[in-house]
Amino acid sequence: MALKGNLRNFSLVQLLHLIHLARKDGRLVIEGPRETAELYFQDGKLVYAGFLSKPVDLLDVLHQQKKLDRVKYQALKKRMSKMDDKALGLLLVNSGYFKPTDILAALKRHYADIVRHLFSWVNGQFEFQKNIPPPRERIPVRLSLENLIIEGTRQLREWESLQAEIPDLDMALKFVDQPRTDVKQLKLNVEEWRFLSYVNPRNSLRKIARVLNLSELEVRRIAYALIQAGLVELVRPEDYRPKRVIRHAFANRSKEESIGLVQKLIARIRRS
Amino acid sequence: MQAVKIVVTGPFGAGKTQFIKTVSEIDVVATERRISAADERALKESTTVAMDFGRITIDDDLVLYLFGTPGQKRFDFMWEILSEGMLGFIVLVDSTRPETFREARRILETFRAYAPTPYVVAANKQDLPDAWDVEDLRIALRLPDNVKLVPCVATDKESVKKVLLELLYSILEWIESGEAHRLPKEIERTGASSSDDGKQSAE
Repeated sequence: MALKGNLRNFSLVQLLHLIHLARKDGRLVIEGPRETAELYFQDGKLVYAGFLSKPVDLLDVLHQQKKLDRVKYQALKKRMSKMDDKALGLLLVNSGYFKPTDILAALKRHYADIVRHLFSWVNGQFEFQKNIPPPRERIPVRLSLENLIIEGTRQLREWESLQAEIPDLDMALKFVDQPRTDVKQLKLNVEEWRFLSYVNPRNSLRKIARVLNLSELEVRRIAYALIQAGLVELVRPEDYRPKRVIRHAFANRSKEESIGLVQKLIARIRRS
Repeated sequence: MQAVKIVVTGPFGAGKTQFIKTVSEIDVVATERRISAADERALKESTTVAMDFGRITIDDDLVLYLFGTPGQKRFDFMWEILSEGMLGFIVLVDSTRPETFREARRILETFRAYAPTPYVVAANKQDLPDAWDVEDLRIALRLPDNVKLVPCVATDKESVKKVLLELLYSILEWIESGEAHRLPKEIERTGASSSDDGKQSAE
């Protein structure tokens, strides 16, 4: 039977731990918020990681990691666009551009980055399909999972902590009237700026996450950072409707009667 | 005889039972049980499992009851029952235990979500040397400036009276402003400020 479930109930860290311990061979497919990831394992080690919509491209990886300058990258991209990674890797090695170890190291780093990114997915269907080998055209690496599991565990703790800080994504944010921090000194990244443009008591965090294609972890992380920076505060969204509003003591009393009652209480407590 | 009530809530070990004991004219009807978890027992021997119950007679026709909620998370279901028909609520926080601040925020948010009534936050154990400053607490608890945060020593009657009075003043303002007698739909919105300042809507 295929190993299937949702990351909400069984995290990626737990999955990697299981694959590592059981030394599994196969393909793990995870449906994330924006894209679907696929990871291949052999003997409990990661051999390939990528996204279905954007498979790993060796030339892109080498260029991103600054192993290829822009001119060479563009020239090679033009000439070898139809070549698969395995053939391309052989060509690059044979032509003296790279040593095999350089290519393997670059791919390992890239796959590890993808797994790190996947740790931010806390919700999404997954399925592990046993004994499916990696695509032939890919260059297989053998990346041990131990370190990634440790990193993932740390991130999991961060997730748990952020979830405790911001338990409810139906809350919204509003700018504080008087920021406790010097706004001019704040250095925000692009994602945080984009996020800020949606800060409004009308927009729940869930809505913002949906519009910006952010995972639950990412939206909590950004919201928490902005709250900690003293820039925004959590509020109930304007259209929030609690499941039930309890009846208060004045519901069946007139305004005058209510005022009289509270004044009596104040007088009595002052006297006591 | 009319009876009204104020709810005293807060994290485990915040001092709710003591707060009620200090001001109640009757022996507090406490539903305490011996704590089983070792780490919690290190803090105190017993805890409230259903509610604490104190009384202040106002006059021949009116009595004020103080209800203390259980502090442990697993008794959350009692909160809503105890809050029905209350005048307002007090969130008691142990100023010396920052590890409980997050829980205090959770309790506050839960109550605010379904209780449209005024509330105050009381920073208890302010007489202890490692108590956090009230203003530091305000930041840690993420309390807006318009929420009253009152320093408190739950064993001291004057201090407890001050907290009760601050809550009653807030309730009085709330009634006088007309908010208490608005339709529930409007009351629900009081937690969020309206903003039409041109910021984008996510939808």
